[in-house]
Parts: sequence; structure tokens; C-alpha cells
Amino acid sequence: MTLFGLFARQPPKTAEAARERLQILLAHERAGLAGADFLPQLQREIIEVIRKYVEVDDERVQVTLDREQNLSVLEVNIELPAPEGKRPTR
Amino acid sequence: MAKVIVVTSGKGGVGKTTTSAAVAAGLALRGFKTVVIDFDVGLRNVDLIMGCERRVVFDFINVINGDAKLHQALIKDKRIENLHILATSQTRDKDALTQEGVGRVIEELSADFDFIVCDSPAGIERGAFLAMYFADEAIVVTNPEVSSVRDSDRMIGLLTSKSRKAEQGQALSSHLLLTRYDVDRVEKGEMLRVEDVTEILAVPLIGIIPECPSVLQASNVGMPVVLDDKSVAGKAYMEAVGRILGEDIEITIPKPAKKGLFDRILRRTA
Repeated sequence: MTLFGLFARQPPKTAEAARERLQILLAHERAGLAGADFLPQLQREIIEVIRKYVEVDDERVQVTLDREQNLSVLEVNIELPAPEGKRPTR
Repeated sequence: MAKVIVVTSGKGGVGKTTTSAAVAAGLALRGFKTVVIDFDVGLRNVDLIMGCERRVVFDFINVINGDAKLHQALIKDKRIENLHILATSQTRDKDALTQEGVGRVIEELSADFDFIVCDSPAGIERGAFLAMYFADEAIVVTNPEVSSVRDSDRMIGLLTSKSRKAEQGQALSSHLLLTRYDVDRVEKGEMLRVEDVTEILAVPLIGIIPECPSVLQASNVGMPVVLDDKSVAGKAYMEAVGRILGEDIEITIPKPAKKGLFDRILRRTA
């Protein structure tokens, strides 16, 4: 710590943030997960399976992914239609 | 109908992605529904600069190929209302972009957005060509440095001949954005002056972004620099955004505040 540092507000440690972000990102990219080229296929197959049982609108499917240091969360959100007769008008 | 703006330069490393992120964020902050598209297939970086790299599921190429719907690939910015990001593929190459496919996506986005900002890759290959092809306006990012000015001149030539507007006999308006401008070095005679660059390139100037430590700070944390309200570069970008919106804002040559001893002790911002 320099003399000025004693008086200064703690400077924002953005370099630390940059290092952490890169570590997470590159770990996934090197593992070949970043492109996640299997996701479109995965989504199609999941929808096909669900379609065997209920009607699914392609527009009502949302897939989200959150990559963290030690785990990634893949979330597939499929909005199911309202029961017959009670379907909200839109 | 959206206005399509390409951010291009020819040369790499001059600040295209920083500019795309800042301009898109600035337009959204001004209340316009804006999307920024990364055209650098295989070397994507808009996601990283915008801080949404962990949330990319589907991308531009998936949408072009019909593997995902547009709404699934659009990433909504968590800080700025009205701002969306369309990342590109990190694993494919530029041949995945087709003129027909890009045109289709831009048309679909046009219905819903006010501005579409196309972040061009460096070079003059397919990605750069398609980023500019559908543009209504161009921002040519240039550093006050000989190779950058030369490459910008080449890009300006391509913009006036190879874009869809040019093919239709209409004028595509190009604007010059001078980045990494260092007033001190200009004063010492070590760097090209604004007038030198504008005289050589002969396109209207839309802004001057000074060399500013806040640009690196913002990129470190994945934030468009316009969100840093203390940043000289951020302010200069917001003024450029005002000019893009047709406002008459005088272009001043921004000078980063000189740091005296007192300043350094009291507010160490950079």
C-alpha cells in the first residue's frame, strides 16, 4: 500500500472481477461446453417427449443456462396450456 | 421499423465492441428498444463486454439455422430496460452466416425494436460484410493512428458500394467516431489531430472518445461504459448517442481531468 493509498478510498478491484469472469468462462469453453451445440437437439427431444402427453406451443418454451464456477444450471421452462374450456383469451 | 446501425472499422482493437456496447446501452438508456448483435462468429465478445457471458444459451447462428426461436436467443440486459443482446456462436465459423439468414433475423427484429446495432468483426470478410450489408447508418470507429485511418478509409469505400442501400442507389450515411484520443499527446504533436483525421476521411464526425481508464474498468466487470457516470468516455459516448438521435450537440474535444495531488488523495476514481 502506498502512502496515497492510506488516504484514498479503496479503489475498485475490477481486475479481480475480470480474472474471475475469465476463469469461469474459459473453464467452460475449454471443456467444450460453452458452445453447447447439443442444446437445440436437447430442446427438440425434450419437447418431443412432453408432446407425447400434452400439447406444447414452440413459442412457450424458454431455456436458460447459468454457468457458475463449480456448476451450471440448465433450466427448461415449458408453459403448458390451460385446461380445455378454461383457456384464457389472448 | 428499426434503424440498423453497423459499428465497423476494418482494423481490430480500435474499440468496435466497446462502442457497440456503449452505443446500444446509450440508446436504451434514452428509452429506445435496442438490440446489439455480435457478428464475430467464432470469436464472440459482445457477451463478455456486456457481462452476460454466463447466460448465453442459443445464439444468432441457432436462429439463422432454425434451431431456436429469436425470443429464446435474445438476452435481456439485467441493468438497462429496453436493452437486448444477441450473441453469436463461439464454435462455428463465419460461413455459418448467410445473407438470406441475416436478412431474415434483422427483418424479424425490425418489427419489435427501435435500433439494431451490428457489431462487426475486424477485417473485410463475410462477417464484416454481412454486418454492414443491411445497415441504414454506419459508425466507423477510428483511432488517431495511421493504420486505423487507412483501414477506415477502405471501410468507408466498401460501405458506399457494397451495402444494400448502396445497391438500391440510396446513400448509407457513415459517421466517424474517433476513439482513444489522447489530448496530451496531440498537444505534444505525437498524435494525429481530430482535424487531420476528419480532413483525410471526409465523413462527418459523430464523436470523440478520449483515452480513458474507465473503459478497461468497465470491460473488466462486463458493463457498458455509459453506465459509469463518472467516466469521461461514458459521457462522450452519451453525447455521440444524442447526435445519432439527431440532436445538435456541439463536439468538444474532451480532456480527462488533470490529477493534482489533492485530487489523487481525495478521489481515486481510476
